[in-house]
Formats: sequence, C-alpha cells, structure tokens
Amino acid sequence: MTALLDVRGLVVTFPAPGSGLRRKRVHALSGVDLSLRRGHTHGLVGESGSGKSTLARCVLGLQRPDDGSVVFDGTEIVGLRGSALRDIRRRIQPVFQDPLGSLDPRWTVGRSVRESLDAFGVGSPLDRERRVRELLDLVGLSPDHADRHPVQLSGGQRQRVGIAAALASGPDLIVADEPVSALDVSVQAQILNLMARLQRDLGVAFLFVSHDLSVVEHVSNEVSVMYLGKIVETADRADLFAGPVHPYTRALLDAVPVPEPDARLVHVPLSGDIPSPIDPPSGCRFHPRCPRRVDSCSRELPALTPVEALNSTGHTPHRVACPVVLPARP
Amino acid sequence: MLQIDDVRVRIPVTGGRWVEAVGGVTLSVGSGEIVGLVGESGCGKSTLGGAVMGLLPSGSQLSGQVLLDGRDLRGLTAEEYRRVRGNDIALVSQDPSASLDPTFAVGAQVAEAIRNHRDIGRREARERAVELLRAVGIPDPGARYSDPPHRFSGGMKQRVVIAAALANDPSVLIADEPTTALDVTIQAQILHLLRDLTVRTGTGVLLITHDLGVVAQVCDRIAVMYAGQVVEQGTVRDVFADPLHPYTRALLDSQPAAHHQSGDLPVILGQVPDLTDPPAGCRFAARCARVHDRCTAAPPVVETRGGGRVACWLHDALPPVAQEAS
Repeated sequence: MTALLDVRGLVVTFPAPGSGLRRKRVHALSGVDLSLRRGHTHGLVGESGSGKSTLARCVLGLQRPDDGSVVFDGTEIVGLRGSALRDIRRRIQPVFQDPLGSLDPRWTVGRSVRESLDAFGVGSPLDRERRVRELLDLVGLSPDHADRHPVQLSGGQRQRVGIAAALASGPDLIVADEPVSALDVSVQAQILNLMARLQRDLGVAFLFVSHDLSVVEHVSNEVSVMYLGKIVETADRADLFAGPVHPYTRALLDAVPVPEPDARLVHVPLSGDIPSPIDPPSGCRFHPRCPRRVDSCSRELPALTPVEALNSTGHTPHRVACPVVLPARP
Repeated sequence: MLQIDDVRVRIPVTGGRWVEAVGGVTLSVGSGEIVGLVGESGCGKSTLGGAVMGLLPSGSQLSGQVLLDGRDLRGLTAEEYRRVRGNDIALVSQDPSASLDPTFAVGAQVAEAIRNHRDIGRREARERAVELLRAVGIPDPGARYSDPPHRFSGGMKQRVVIAAALANDPSVLIADEPTTALDVTIQAQILHLLRDLTVRTGTGVLLITHDLGVVAQVCDRIAVMYAGQVVEQGTVRDVFADPLHPYTRALLDSQPAAHHQSGDLPVILGQVPDLTDPPAGCRFAARCARVHDRCTAAPPVVETRGGGRVACWLHDALPPVAQEAS
C-alpha cells in the first residue's frame, strides 16, 4: 500500500534572528524522511530545536523547504500554487496548540467553523449552516455553542472548536502540533479520546507533533524521534517504547516523569544542554551529549538504517541512525 | 519548619464578590523534605504559594496560620516580609527569564541576593556567588559570572535562579512549576539538582506542579488540591500505590502514561465548581463517580494507615485527624 504522506530528504534553514550581516542560519531540518499511512497516526517527538514543528509546517504547505520533497497521496506539494495548492490544503488541515490563537476572538464559534466550509466552497449556504451543527455535534459540543465567542469557552471546548474547523473540509490528514499541551490532564484525556474516535469513524490520518512521550505513546501507530533537525529513530509504537535503541531515545524515555510510585529519579539520564541549531555539532548531532560516542561520531553523519532483528510487529521497519548501537553487519 | 494551618484566601473580583481561592488548607514541609502540591489549573496551588510568600493580590483576605520555624508570618509588615523573603523563604518560579534582570551579569545578581540580607563585602559576596553557581552546576562559574542572562540556556538560567534562591540558606523554598518551561532531559537535570541540594542543605521544598510524574520522580510527600482544598495527602509511595480520594484516583487514571495500550482514557466529566460560591459539601461531589447522599455535607478529614490524610466520606471509618494545637 502506498503511503498517504511521503517526505523525502527535507532540508529547511532560516536566517538566524539578530545575526545581521554575518548571515548565520538556523538549521531546522537537515535531511528528514518520513512516511504516514492512510488512517494512521504518526507521532513526532523531540525537544526544543528538534525541527518537529518545522516539519509540520512543511507538510501543511506553510513552509517552503530548501530541498527535498513532500508527496501527499501521489502529488508533490512542494512548489504548488493557486488552485492546486488550495485543493491540497482542503485535504491537509492543521490543529494547533492554542486554539485562542487560531480562532478569531470577534467571531462566534459557528462563524469560525463555517469559514472553513465557505473557504473551500463546501455545499450550498443552507447546507453549510446544517453542516456547522453536525461538526459541533461530532466534536462533542452542543448547537448552542455556535453562538458563543472563544473567550466564553474553556480550553478543552476551544480545542474541540479547533478540531471541528479542521474537519470542516473533510481532510484526509490532520497535522496536530502540540494539540493537548496547554490542557489540564483530565481535559487532555477527553481531547485524546475525541481524536481517537474521529480516526476510527472518519479514517482521518494524524501527524501528531508533541514533546510529551506519554501522549505520543498513547495515540501513535508509528513514532519518529527527532533531535536537532534529524530523525534518530523511527519504528512502530510498540517496538519503539519496548525496545528503544538510539542512545538519545533511551535517555529521553528515561527522563520522562511517569506517575508511578517506583519512578524515582535516581540519576540524570542526559547531561549537557541541547546545542543551538544555528551551529549544530558536526557528524552525529547528538555526539557531544552521547554516552556511547566513539571517535568517528564527530565526523560521520549516520543515516537511518533498518534493523531487521528489532522489528517485531512487521509494519514499519525499525530504523536507527546510530552505527555504534547497531549490530555488526555480516 | 513550614506549617500551614487552616489557611483560607479570598480574592476580590468584580461586582463586590470574592473568590475563595484557598478554602482551609493544612500542610507542612519539614527540613530536607520535598512536598509536591499538585492540582489542575485554578485549584489554588499557586495562590497557596503566594500566601506563604506574602505575595497575594492586593485586597486579598488571608486567615489561618502560616508558621515558619514557629513564627507566624501572617502579622508581618511589608518591610518585615521583605526581610523574610530571600532569606528564610525563597521562590523559584516557572520562567527564569522573568526572575533575572536582563541587563546585569548573572553572578552579580546572585551576589546581590546575598548582600541584600547579609552585611558582607563585595569580594566575599562574589566568592560566595561563584561557589553557589558551581554548586548548581554552571560550568566554569568564575568565567560565566560576568555573562548576562541571555548568554544562558533556559535550563542554565533556572540553575542561576536556584543559586540566588539558595544564597542565604533559606529554611523553605517555594518552587512553582520550576521545570514546566524546560525540555524533558533538562527538567530531569533540574529536578535532580533540587533533590541533591535539599539533601545537602536541609532546605525544605514545596514543589507546586501540575505534573504527577514530576512528583513521583522527586517528592517525598504529595498533597492533592481540588477547588481550593487539599483532598488527600500522604507519602508519594502510599498515594500513588493506593489513592483513596476519588479525585486523586481519577487524576492518576487520566494520565496517558498509565495506559500503555490504546483505547479510551478515563475522563473526569463536568466542570470545576464556581469558587465565588463554593458548594457546601464535598467540592468534587458533582463530578465524582462514587458520589453519595452524604457528600452534600463537608467530608470528614481522616487519618490513613500510612499517616496521610484524606477528606472523603468513603473513608469515614478511619480515625478523624486530631486538631493540631496552634
């Protein structure tokens, strides 16, 4: 089966803020491959500077890459313009962290949701009014909510509106960038349940960007771990969480606070700071902090390599960008 | 060391009404102990921190007792409180950039924190500041002393804030979401540092957080707040292994980390009560899966087997907590 989304060799750099004439550049993505199946959720985790949000923006067509390709359902979307771009945007919709930032505060909820229908010319005007009520119902809001303004809603309700607006155009893919990070844990659970139900009922795929590994573990079919513009490990959810291989993935999992009585922090999983993406380390981006580094790590940039022996579930090959931890090839 | 006894905080809002942000909290923090104060947005955990620090919104009403090393902080004048803050109690908040002056060298800010409370010379203060920066893990502290805050990463800035907070060996540190703005590997470093410093210095820490995982990692005891009240407190081991209050249980259950498989997460239905007019009985009753007729009356506070306490009618067979002599 072909992938719904296929990202290859994506490179993005920006001029560094405040660097003036020195023209330093932020290396946001340094050659990233990723694929996502129809109806699946691909979790993208990483810390500050990992490039996960830049990758999300490239998929949404909000950021033009310096190099590489983004193929959505067989169509190259890098460089698309005009009506071709609008057609693709109808099928790839965003959900952001802060719905207050993406909803117009002067508009009622109903108008915000209808805006997506209007923009993509979905149905007749009368159909659209009915469709707004249906969408609100789909995300667990009542028809009354259509007449309220964003400030009159709780954070969880606002995120439901954000999801309803994303669903309005009938997308195949929702790119969700930290969609539950601003929510309290009890509300977060409701939104995660809602997204899972929508996926079951509508077959929509998610590219789910989050810094929270527990959330990613809960929602994803496949997971990619990013560090300073590179994917260091990618695998089926179960394989990745049961058997992380890359030293960074292992440290990241060790650092996650788990609410269990035996989860005491006995040692620091990873020392040192995350280097700046303006002047990233040579070779493997992770080598200055890596407990397993050898001399060659500072010179050679490791490629994502499939590890057959690690692949237990058989869907996505478990791939790791670290020659040190890989078993020697015969 | 820090004894909070039946503290209530009312904050004025528009229309001549009051929000009862903290509704009768009793809690203590001992020497070298880290107590996690957890709850969701608006539960009053930061307001309680503000009550201890003497930093409540103007016009607020505070009742009950806040005892620090046996001294009631409630009657202090603004000037007396200023002497206590930064000396006997110190604050570390979520955003280290807001705590540091962007135009001054970080070392000078730590030295100033010392000289504000102690009559020592500049050179001695500088030496002590360098020592503190080293203790919190700033590499090459002598050279970094003169750097302004923007030369430091978020994690390193938070280390500097902790150094300044600990400059005068306070009895108690109030840490309000100290790692919430940090990446998870950096958070682990800062939590480890806090743990290490409390063991070495004997400073007690009230760690205010929304993250139960953080509590499990470093706290000795936990107090769970809901709608202005502590519904359950005890050792981290007891409370996480066997939560007695339905809210604590629901909060733990709704964590994705507790569910390694897919499937719906348990949720807490309904809304937090309006604290301008809090319900007379148990404040969680309207959302509680185990609600009962008796819940319309205020629940008894009982002592658990592990020496903790819980405020819930489900456990009224346990012995009531004796009123502490104040």
